[in-house]
This record gives sequence, C-alpha cells and structure tokens, in this order.
Amino acid sequence: MQRSAVTQIKVRKVAAWPITFYRSAVGKKWVMAITGIMLMGFVLSHMVGNLKLYLSREEINLYGEALREIPGHLLPRTVFLWTIRLGLIGAFALHIHAAVSLTRLNRKARPVAYQSERDYIAASFAARTMRWSGVIVGLYVVFHLLDLTAGTANPDFVRGDPYNNLVRSLERPVVGIAYIVANLALGIHLFHGAWSIFQSLGVNNPRFNNARKRFAQGFAALIVIGNVSFPVAILAGVIKQSCEGTPIEEPCAGSGAFGEKN
Amino acid sequence: MALNSHIPEGPMADKWTNHKFESALVNPANKRKFKVIVVGTGLAGASAAATLAELGYQVTAISFHDTPRRAHSIAAQGGINAAKNYPNDGDSVHRLFYDTVKGGDFRAREANVHRLAEVSVNIIDQCVAQGVPFAREYGGQLDNRSFGGAQVSRTFYARGQTGQQLLLGAYQALARQVSLGNVELLTRTEMLELVTKDDRAVGVVCRDLITGAVFSLSGHAVVLATGGYGNVYYLSTNAKLSNVTAAWRAHKQGAYFANPCYTQIHPTCIPASDDFQSKLTLMSESLRNDGRIWVPKDSGDSRSPRDIPEADRDYYLERRYPAFGNLVPRDIASRAAKREVDEGRGVGPLKNGVYLDFGAAISRLGKPVIEERYGNLFEIYERIADDNPYDTPMRIYPAVHYTMGGLWVDYNLMSNLEGLYVLGEANFSDHGANRLGASALMQGLADGYFVLPYTIGAYLAPLLGTAPLATDEPVFKAAETKVAENSRRLLSIKGDRTVDDIHRELGKVMWENCGMGRTEASLSKALADIPAIREEFWTNVRVLGDNESLNQSLEKAGRVADFLEFGELLCNDAQQRKESCGGHFREEYQTDEGEALRDDENFAYVAAWEFNGVDTAPTLHKEDLEFKEVHLATRSYK
Amino acid sequence: MSAPKMHIKVTAWRQSGPDAPGAFKDYDVNDVSPDMSFLEMLDTLNERLIENNEEPIAFDHDCREGICGSCGMMINGVPHGPERGTATCQLHMRKFNDNAHITVEPFRAAAFTINKDLSVDRSALDRIVEAGGYITAPTGSAPDANLIPVPKAVSDTAMDAAQCIGCGACVAACPNSAAQLFTSAKLAHLNLLPQGQAERWDRTIDMVETMEMYFGSCTNFRECEAACPKEISVDFIAMLNKDYVKSQLKQRRLAGQVFP
Ligand SMILES: Cc1cc2nc3c(=O)[nH]c(=O)nc-3n(C[C@H](O)[C@H](O)[C@H](O)COP(=O)(O)OP(=O)(O)OC[C@H]3O[C@@H](n4cnc5c(N)ncnc54)[C@H](O)[C@@H]3O)c2cc1C
Ligand code: SF4
Ligand code: FES
Repeated sequence: MQRSAVTQIKVRKVAAWPITFYRSAVGKKWVMAITGIMLMGFVLSHMVGNLKLYLSREEINLYGEALREIPGHLLPRTVFLWTIRLGLIGAFALHIHAAVSLTRLNRKARPVAYQSERDYIAASFAARTMRWSGVIVGLYVVFHLLDLTAGTANPDFVRGDPYNNLVRSLERPVVGIAYIVANLALGIHLFHGAWSIFQSLGVNNPRFNNARKRFAQGFAALIVIGNVSFPVAILAGVIKQSCEGTPIEEPCAGSGAFGEKN
Repeated sequence: MALNSHIPEGPMADKWTNHKFESALVNPANKRKFKVIVVGTGLAGASAAATLAELGYQVTAISFHDTPRRAHSIAAQGGINAAKNYPNDGDSVHRLFYDTVKGGDFRAREANVHRLAEVSVNIIDQCVAQGVPFAREYGGQLDNRSFGGAQVSRTFYARGQTGQQLLLGAYQALARQVSLGNVELLTRTEMLELVTKDDRAVGVVCRDLITGAVFSLSGHAVVLATGGYGNVYYLSTNAKLSNVTAAWRAHKQGAYFANPCYTQIHPTCIPASDDFQSKLTLMSESLRNDGRIWVPKDSGDSRSPRDIPEADRDYYLERRYPAFGNLVPRDIASRAAKREVDEGRGVGPLKNGVYLDFGAAISRLGKPVIEERYGNLFEIYERIADDNPYDTPMRIYPAVHYTMGGLWVDYNLMSNLEGLYVLGEANFSDHGANRLGASALMQGLADGYFVLPYTIGAYLAPLLGTAPLATDEPVFKAAETKVAENSRRLLSIKGDRTVDDIHRELGKVMWENCGMGRTEASLSKALADIPAIREEFWTNVRVLGDNESLNQSLEKAGRVADFLEFGELLCNDAQQRKESCGGHFREEYQTDEGEALRDDENFAYVAAWEFNGVDTAPTLHKEDLEFKEVHLATRSYK
Repeated sequence: MSAPKMHIKVTAWRQSGPDAPGAFKDYDVNDVSPDMSFLEMLDTLNERLIENNEEPIAFDHDCREGICGSCGMMINGVPHGPERGTATCQLHMRKFNDNAHITVEPFRAAAFTINKDLSVDRSALDRIVEAGGYITAPTGSAPDANLIPVPKAVSDTAMDAAQCIGCGACVAACPNSAAQLFTSAKLAHLNLLPQGQAERWDRTIDMVETMEMYFGSCTNFRECEAACPKEISVDFIAMLNKDYVKSQLKQRRLAGQVFP
C-alpha cells in the first residue's frame, strides 16, 4: 500500500535569472511593489495636477499643455509624455499580470476551502478585497481614458480643453458617482498596497513599522479626499461650469472655484 | 551470556583517546557499503543518523513522528552541560565527571562518564557551528547558568527552549543528509520488532502508520535511539507518545534491560489538578536558580502565600542543605517535597504542592531580568495553573521525568546483541541512579555525534564484503507475521475498556507502589497487581477501527501492552535492589535523617535483566562497578 | 476544588482517510472541567465515543506543552483557536463559555493531505528545510564556540525566529495557503547568524523556490502572525523578500547566466 504523495502546485524550473525571478511568487510581489510605486507616483501627481481645477480653466489647461512640452525643446513635443504613458501602461500591465497569476496560484494552493466559517483576525477588509478593488479601479481606468483622454465616451469632448471635458463629464451624476466609487476602491486598494509595498520590498524595521502604517493610511486618505473632491465640487456647483463657448485660447473669468459666477 | 563492558585499559583520562586509536576503521570508500538502520530521530538518533551519513554510511532513519523535529527531545527546557569553563569558575572535564558520578549516586560506569565529560566541550562547538542560538552575553560570548547538583555555571541554554534548538540543529544536519540522498527518512513509521539471527541484530520490522503496511528493513547494524519509558507511570512529563516499545521488543529478542528501577522524579512540575489530567508539565529546574522553595510552617495555614510572613515560612531546602540550598540534586529535592506534602504542609487546593517563590529574586534583580530568564516558563505556568507567578508563588510538585535505566550497553554503546547499538535515554549508560539536570541532552548528543560514529566502525570493519540479510529470509517473515498477528489480536478483543483507562490503572499502581518511595510490601503488591491488569487488558480492551489506515488507538494499545509487561520488570528490579540510591528510594533503607542509604558492599552493580518469557521470571546478570577515580562516599549536599 | 463542569457542543470533521469524503458531525461533551486543556476535552470525548463503539477522532499531539508542533486544528475558524500565541494543546477550556459550540476542522491546503479526521500531513514543510534550512557543519569540524562573538541582539532575534514549532498554522491561516512565515522564520534564524552567511544566498533561493512548489504566495494578509503560537513576526517575511531579491544578484553562479 502506498501513501498518497504530497500535492505540488508548481514545478521548479531553471531559466535566465530575470525569468526565474519573475516566475517566483516572491519576484512577482516585488514587481507588483515596484509597479505599485510607479502607479502611486502617477496617482499622486495626477491628483495634485488636477487641483488646478480649483484655480481656473486656464491654469489647468496650461498644465495639460505643459505636460506635453516637457522637457522644453530638448525633445520633440509629447515624446516625454508618451514615454511616461508607455511606462505606466507597462507598469499597469505587469501589475495586473502578476496579480492574476498569483491569484490563480493561490487558488491552486487551497483546492478545498474550509467547510466551516473562517474567522479572520488580522486580515483587514482592504487586504481581503484587493482583487475586487483592483478590478474596479482597473475597469474605471479604462473608462476614464476613453472618457477624458480619447474622448470616445464623452459626447462633449474637446481636445485640448481638459477643464471643459472634466466638468462636462463629472457633472453627469452617474459618471460623478462612478468616479467617487472608483476612488473609494482606489483608496482601499492603496491602503493595503502602500503598506504592503514595504513588506514586499523588505523595507522594514521595528522602529518605523508604525510609520509605515500611518504612511499607508495618510497616502490613501490624501488621494481619496483630493480625487473625490472634484466630482463633489462639480456636482455641488463649487467649480463653475461657465466657460461654455469661450474659445480655448481665451481666459475664462468665471472658471475655477474662486472666480466670479456668471 | 557473560557481560563484558569492554572498558579500555589505561588511565581514566586516556581511555577514550586510546580506544579511538585502537579501534578498527572503515576506509572512506567502503563506508557506503554498510547499511545502518537508526530507529528514533530525537537528539540521539538524529545526531547519529546525520553523522553516520556524513561519514558515508548508508542510513535509514525511522521515526513514528511525522517529522524528526517533533521528538520528545524538543521539550527539554533548561539547558545542556559542558565543561567549557567559560565563566572561569573552576570547572573542568574532571569536575564534570566527578559531579556526574557523584550525582548518579555511584551507580554509573566511570569510564563512560569520563568520556561524556570529555566530549561535552565538542558538543557546544558543534551546536554553535550549526547555528544553535544559545543565550549570549552583551559582549557576544556564550552565557552560562548553574543547575542542580553543581557548584559551577556550566549550563548552556537557549531561553527555555534548549532542547528545541538542539534538536533543530540535529534535525537540520539530518535534513541536509536527506537532501543529499545519504539518509532515507521514514516518518510515521513505527518499529515493532527487532530481527536477530544468531544473536546478531540484522534488521527491524516496521508498520507504516498511515497505511498499516508491515515491512522489513535489513542492515549491517541497528541503532535504537528511542527515548525513555517514563510513561509507564501514565502521568509523567514525557511527551504523550514516548514509550518503551522499541526497547522492550529488542529486550524480548535477547537484549538485556539494565536498571529499570532507576526512574527520576523531577521536583518542579505543576501539580495534577484532576483525573482527566493527561500529562504533567515540567517547570524547568533552572527556576531553582532564582526561585526559593518553601511551605508554611503550620500545616493548617490557609492564608494566601503573599500574606504569610517570612517568620511563618519554612524554606526547608535552605534549612536542611545550607551548602546547596535550593540547588540540591533532583532526587533529594523531590523527596524533600514529598515529605512536606505527606506531613500535611502541602499547598494549593488539593494540598499537593510546595511553593516556588520568585518574590525575593524579583526585588533583587528586577522583573525584566526574571522575565528575560524565565518569561516563557512563567507563561506556560500561567496558562495551565491560571496564576501569575510574578505575583503569586508557583505551586510545584515532583513528577516522573526521566528514566536512567535502559537497554544494557557496553563502552561502545553496543548491547549484548551484536550489531545492536542503543543511544540516548534508551540506554542505561551514563547517569547511574540519578541524572543531573542538563545532562541528558549532553549524553544524547555525545552518543550520537561523538561516540557511536567512532565505535560502530570497529564492529562494521570485519563485516566488509557481506551483504545485509535479505528481507525474505524466514527470520524477517516470522517477525512480520508476529507484528501483523499482534495488531489483529488487539483489534479482535472488542472488550469494554479503553486503552487509556487501563494505562491509567497501570500508572496508578506504578506510582503508588513503585514511585518516589518503594517498600518490599508495595513492590509485592505491584507485582501482584500488574499481571492482573495485563490479563484484563488482553481480555477486555476495546480497540476500534482497522489496521489499514491511521489508527491511533491501535498504536497506543501496542505500546500499553508493552508497558504492562515492562512495568513488572521495573518492579522486579526495584525489589531486587535492597538499598536506596538516587532515583530508587527504598523506604526501608534510609538514614535517621531520611536520606537515601546506599549499600555499596552488596549493590555496586548494574542489574541487567534477561527476558525469559512474559510470565516467567527474568534472569539477573550483574556487571560490577568499580570506582577508581571518584571514591565511594555518601552523597552530601549539606 | 473541582470547578463547576461545563457542557460543550463539538462539531468535528470526520474523514476516514485521505481520499474518503468527509463531513461534520455533532457531539455533546458533558463534564468538561474549565481546567482541562482543549486536547483533554477531546480525550474525554474520544473515551465516550469508544464506549459507544464509535471510532475516536484522530488528531496529532505529543508534547502537550506547545513546543513539538504536532497539534493544530481549526477551532471556530481560527488555527489553534481563539487565544493568541497559544498552541491547541495549551488552550484551556476556561477560555470558553459554558454551552459553547466549538467547530473543529483540519488545517487545509493543497500540500496538507488529510490523513484522517483532524490529522494532516505536513511533510512539505520538511521539504523546505531539506532544500537548504541548515548550516553545513559536519560533525567534528567546528571551531571553539566562543571564537565568533555573536552580538546579543542578533542572537536574540535569531532565537525569536528559531522558536517556530513547525505546526503549519501559518499555512492554515493564510487565505493563500502560503508558508511564508514558516520559511521566513527558518531563513531568518540562519541568515542572521554569522555562521549562516556562507550559504545565505543559496539557502534563500532554494528554500523560497521549494516553498513555492507546494504553497501559495504571500499577499501580506498577516493572518499567519495572528495565528502563530510563537507569535513570529511578519517582519521576518519582509526579510525573506529582501534576501530573495538580493540573492538573485549576489548569487554568483546564477547571475547573468542562462541555464541550463
Ligand atoms: C519536559 C522535559 C524537559 C527536559 N529538560 C531537559 C534539560 O533541560 N536538559 C537535559 O539535559 N535534559 C532534559 N530532559 C531530558 C531529555 O529531553 C531527554 O532525555 C532526551 O531528549 C532524550 O532524547 P532521545 O534522543 O534519547 O529520545 P527522544 O527525544 O525521546 O526521541 C525518541 C525518538 O524515537 C522515536 N521512536 C521511539 N520509539 C519508536 C519506534 N518504536 N519506532 C520508531 N520510532 C520510534 C521517536 O519518534 C523519536 O524520534 C527533559 C525531559 C523532559 C520530559
Ligand atoms: S511560523 Fe508559527 S504558525 Fe508557522 S509553523 Fe512556525 S510556529 Fe507554526
Ligand atoms: S502537542 Fe506539542 S505543540 Fe501541541
């Protein structure tokens, strides 16, 4: 009589080291952390840049234009922007690929679920819902790009007028609410992700473990508050929608949150 | 068969060195032609298996545990002795040797003990090299503590988990050999029969505990490192699965069992709280370094311990043994506690304990120091007794803990059966009638790392060119049938009592009649009771389930069946030894002050028993002990 | 003293063998003393079962002191039950209320085949150790123990990690069945000590990659730390991650080379 063999879920293969590294789950988590940092940088600068919305149409439109111009005359227009964009797309793709393959591996690691109710002690809601918050954010990003970058999902889209596009888009209540929901999901995702990054990269020390946690909380809160404020301000009419018809080149006095209302 | 201990000639300090030089060697290329079966992967077994494999032998290691790291050795708390003399407090190989012979109440073989003391220093080096995280001083050097029965600090420790760390070291060395393919490791496999041919050990028969399959393994030598038999008392500090089966079945094949009556009762255990109790928990002896033992002077004192003023407390060990105080050897501390409890001064709800008090140490050293030293032990205590030892003194009472007796072995650790080696707690070799604290780990590792690997070569060398006996030989087939038949028989009784119930009954008889104190009458009673319990077992035990899958009741039944035979031998031995020594206290033989009274004239020998059949009296063989270095003297710790 | 007895309802997973189907079964246990350990409560139940000609519930145990790592089961959805830093055998019934309903289920993971009832095969953990969880120090080759001073802080931290009892609760607790806490504890113990440096990078690669043959991946839930009877810190997992990344660069044999 033979004992049943221990189930293996993966075969160990040798390959060139970057491949072996990425093939390992620890490597994938490292990649997720690095790409996570890139995406966090993006999310933060995106949010900060959008704060210009509160100033005026001109400010934010110039900001959009400036992004295309970086780094001045050293490179042709938009080359730098596209490099960043491609980098972000790559990061996004890797982040998702790693997440999906880890999820599949982890399903295999427990083929039979617990038959009685699990009682989680440490795993936070955020940690347990990473998959779903990730999916929500991912789907929203696709819509967001179609809506505000490509413009295909926005009937009022005017290329080069982000102020108008944004205000027009978010004043649709469904879109505004979707934006809020997606950002809450993003916040939850960031809350666990920002903490997790330190762990996956192995940057830890009992002396600043608490700071790690506060950083994650603070970062997530900052992004959520900043981003959610836009649709709220637009829907509440704090950010004015008064530049209808004003050509892009001309300043529009009643835009932003501080200008006069007409 | 005459007993020859094969003690090398020459001065004590040179015996081991000379012996190593004079023993035949197996050439490195030939080592792989020898197959050695190691049963047991505790400290002794794992260290032996790893070292033999490093040398090049083909090793098969067997354990009934699911991994070597779970062996009973893992539970050792306090520490391991070595004559390193790092604290510069006067220790030496000779002093460790002297302390051990004296601590063993002059019933150990001097030459073995001297070798043990010699290799003790290598053990620490070896373990540190393996990464055992022994406690350190701030300067990065190893720390030492003192232990019962010694006036120097020679005990190395890793928090309260020394056994765990040492076993992990040995297990890791073994794991390395497994990964290199030098060791075949069979876990959840129980050895149930020793196979011999012409008084030579040729293999073993095992049962796969998961599938129930019975199979044979053959080798050039068999090494038993299967631990002690303390669980014959049912309640002990031993792990629940520790048992005598491997040793007993070897005994039934002709291996002599030596000094079974030398059982050690550990003074600092948590007292039992009720009938359901499944085992007793030890509180490391190291606690006696800083804890003070006392009972109220007045037996009726019902005040809580903190309210009893100094004047009403009796620090009875400090009073009776001013030189060693709370650090007297285990047997002395245990009997002293028994005396207090028997005379009605016991404490706790069942009045079955004495206090071990850290109040003074905490005010002298501060709570953090005590926490650093004993934190995890205090936690264990609080969990079990629901009392916080930082505030309330612990309650402790002696419990069966270690067994000095075991299969008889010669200087080479070979039993009277050729090719059968016995290591660790399973043999009888080094502790005489009483083991000093922190010396079992030392002995297990000495046997496995530094003794057997040298001595086994001398036995194997002449066997070069012979193959192990084929496992389809009649001796193997007969043994397999016996094992299968035994299981079948146990399953077919279908009586009314559970295995545990009968084991508990045996334990009670053993503890009451052959425990801390023994008398002619109590032993006769035990010897009358045990066969009756055995009879009850074989007619009325209920073992459910089948033989073809994991069946823990069946495993347990087989082990208890052996305890039921072995218990009788233990009592026979105790009855035969009409003196008190170490862990064997015959109440008839004591001084006026209640101390053990040895009879060196008539009993300075090792009692080695030969098996003649279950219901037949065993034959006693005597190996006389000579004391040339340490002069026979009454132990005094005053 | 005998404290008042409790009544406990136990719902236990019964499965006769690795390939057999299993199911929960309910039992009532009367006469439970609050001073009993959890396993003594199961012993009591088993004695009753045998009296009623029902096979006792199989579960692993040995030391009953929280050190051997044999015991372990899901108790009301938590490995080793509700008390933090406590192995099943060290859990006492006084932690439960009278008439409590307790559900016990075996640890589950692909690598943890169920032997029977609550007993599982955890040998995959040994495979991880065999892959490199040792310091090569053949017997007899060691220099004097005090030759290499080890800073107390390092030795203490190594000991914190080395305390792991190999119970597998971390795997059972992890929603991904990851064995990171176990592996990281083993690695940290050896990787922190000066004696362990020579094999540090090989050890890390081999143990991590062997671990991944059997277990899921760590996604930083920290359930393992909460379930661990030795309260081993997830900081050791961070150390594992860092060492694994470093090992990819430091490991000279593999760096930049294509295999085979
Ligand atoms: C609570 C406690 C604390 C202690 N503290 C200390 C201390 O501080 N210092 C000290 O020096 N000593 C201490 N001791 C004593 C010491 O731990 C033991 O004597 C020692 O560990 C025994 O080791 P061993 O290798 O001989 O046997 P064990 O560790 O008992 O190993 C026996 C092995 O044999 C296997 N086995 C047994 N029978 C069979 C079979 N039939 N088939 C297959 N495999 C089998 C088991 O699976 C196991 O692997 C303590 C003991 C106890 C109970
Ligand atoms: S890390 Fe903790 S939970 Fe995991 S095996 Fe070790 S002791 Fe058990
Ligand atoms: S039985 Fe040993 S840890 Fe629980």
